[in-house]
Amino acid sequence: MANDPVYLDNNATTRCDPRVVEAMMPYFSEQFGNASSMHAFGSEVGGALAKARKQLQDLLGAEFDHEIVYTSGGTEADNMAILSALETQKGRDEVITSAVEHPAVLSLVAHLEKTGQAKVHIIPVDAKGRLDMEAYRKALGPRTAIVSIMWANNETGTIFPVAKLAEMAHEAGALFHTDAVQAVGKIPMNLKSTEIDMLSLSGHKLHGPKGVGALYVRKGVRLRPLVRGGHQERGRRAGTENAPGIIGLGRAAQLAGEYMAEEQTRVAALRDRLEEGLLGAISHSFATGDVENRLPNTANVAFEYIEGEAILLLMNREGIAASSGSACTSGSLEPSHVLRAMNVPYTAAHGAIRFSFSRENTQADVDRVLEVMPQIIARLRDMSPFWREREKEGAFNPTYA
Amino acid sequence: MWEYSEKVKDYFFNPKNSGVLEDADGVGDVGAISCGDALRLMIKVEPVSQVITEAKFQTFGCGSAIASSSALTELIIGKTIEQAMQISNQDIADFLGGLPPEKMHCSVMGYEALQAAVANYRGEEWVDDHEEGALICKCFGVDEGMIERTIRANTLTAVEEITNFTKAGGSCATCAEGIEAVLERVNAEMVEEGILSAHEAFVPGAVPVLAKPKKVVVKAPESKAPLTTLQKIRLIEETIEEIRPSLQRDGGDCELIDVEGNRVIVKLTGACVGCHLSGATIEGVQARLVEAVGVPLLVIPAAPVH
Repeated sequence: MANDPVYLDNNATTRCDPRVVEAMMPYFSEQFGNASSMHAFGSEVGGALAKARKQLQDLLGAEFDHEIVYTSGGTEADNMAILSALETQKGRDEVITSAVEHPAVLSLVAHLEKTGQAKVHIIPVDAKGRLDMEAYRKALGPRTAIVSIMWANNETGTIFPVAKLAEMAHEAGALFHTDAVQAVGKIPMNLKSTEIDMLSLSGHKLHGPKGVGALYVRKGVRLRPLVRGGHQERGRRAGTENAPGIIGLGRAAQLAGEYMAEEQTRVAALRDRLEEGLLGAISHSFATGDVENRLPNTANVAFEYIEGEAILLLMNREGIAASSGSACTSGSLEPSHVLRAMNVPYTAAHGAIRFSFSRENTQADVDRVLEVMPQIIARLRDMSPFWREREKEGAFNPTYA
Repeated sequence: MWEYSEKVKDYFFNPKNSGVLEDADGVGDVGAISCGDALRLMIKVEPVSQVITEAKFQTFGCGSAIASSSALTELIIGKTIEQAMQISNQDIADFLGGLPPEKMHCSVMGYEALQAAVANYRGEEWVDDHEEGALICKCFGVDEGMIERTIRANTLTAVEEITNFTKAGGSCATCAEGIEAVLERVNAEMVEEGILSAHEAFVPGAVPVLAKPKKVVVKAPESKAPLTTLQKIRLIEETIEEIRPSLQRDGGDCELIDVEGNRVIVKLTGACVGCHLSGATIEGVQARLVEAVGVPLLVIPAAPVH
């Protein structure tokens, strides 16, 4: 008997909702006009884009719809925000970010530092992944051009106090940007009531299409385009609009709004039941991150003494998809910088598995994972030299290359 | 997801010789820090013949680390110590039907565990001299440690030299930035240590000296007797046979139907039928045939039969 596949990797990407696909379909070969054109072909698309922009505005709680600049995704939005601020904030050349950001921010700021374009402050986190507020306060200063700190962490789901961080940035005269790729659609937001200047989001993380995202830019914040060319997006992002993508993102935003309450209740309950079940059934395991203050859909559980890729391979054989902070699952072989920043012990960080839910998951998914995980963990622990020797201090102490 | 061979998957899902060997004669504990993997190899040795009669492993690591460990035990059981010591990490990878370049260090870990276990059996201490670092060139599996050692051993100061010595960057060249970074760092260290003069060191951003284009020597065409019809058809046939595997990879195929003078009639089948690129495929086939046969030819697709 074959079990239905269980998809618990929604922080990596989500399934595009069929209702989103349906909304997009006419804009490929029926309503194919260029929104910039004078004729009827174009103007019909223009109307649909305006509606989509409004739908996204509503999800974000933005004051104006022209505060949204569509991009190719979250990464482009992050790059646009930081590079723009370094250009517009005259006399300021420092960037503040956190140690647990997505590579879309971290590798950009590393490049800026390396090429002498900016001085970068990386704010550490504690063992639960919470930002070191004192270090942040000290890093802010008259040279700070922009602060870029994520709303919620992709690996642990830990939420940062972005509204407060934005106010602190403004006291120092700096702009505040947040990478909210994981937060948008999962937690309610009302940007007009915050001091957040810029916010990045990505369509495919909220059951929308891949290849489209947006940068929210609060009215009055100066912006320098990253991509120059035509007048699209009021001259802030050139290139013919990705009409099907933008329209799909609009529908996805509308649906995310409708499901917001369910995300906080039913989805959170599924996550909690899985996490409690795993921790109860499997010894030497613990939840990482700030479990009191995290996204409703994310659980990151470390299974000590075994390695994540091996866990994922065995889970995959059972039809269960999740992801891992293990070095071996990333192309770069780098262990998760998020778990390292939190000082998660080495033999646990390698065995950390992220389960990320969406509104499409069910109780049956949780049952299935709870059914197979104990055996998978036991099987790999039986093979692990660290597991057998865990009682004896230093009994297994290999020579490292 | 990594592309693991069927044999790697089999040795991961159904590992042989996993477990603890009580009263082992030799134990080797090694780890590869880049990946966080660790391996304990335990062997039993028949004292007179020096044959490894039993081997077991315990591994903390990813799928290919577990498969490499298991493969190692299979390779050494029944061999004498001397024979086993001839096994290289490449032998382990080959036994598994190959490993992704990023995962070759798993086979190195197996090789080192054997060295360590044998040293332990002989009452010696095994000292690891293998360094590794981030994988720089994925095409040829060259890591930072190897590039650094090669730079130092040969006083290299240019990216092209590194490619010539290690192959790194010799294929897709997307790792050029990574190679430059290693070269810059190592050259700077060498200047610091006084083993390289500052003006010789690699300077990033300097305008690269482009190799002059090689002069093309135009050879007079060898005068050849014109092909007979039979020779021509054979050549056409052989060339089409050479082209077919690449079409088959995309799910298509090409069959020679007939040759009439300079008209070559072929039939495209499989995924080529109805493919919007079939026109380009025909042109490609024609270009290859003209090159091979050396006379103008016209490739004509036979009408598809549905």
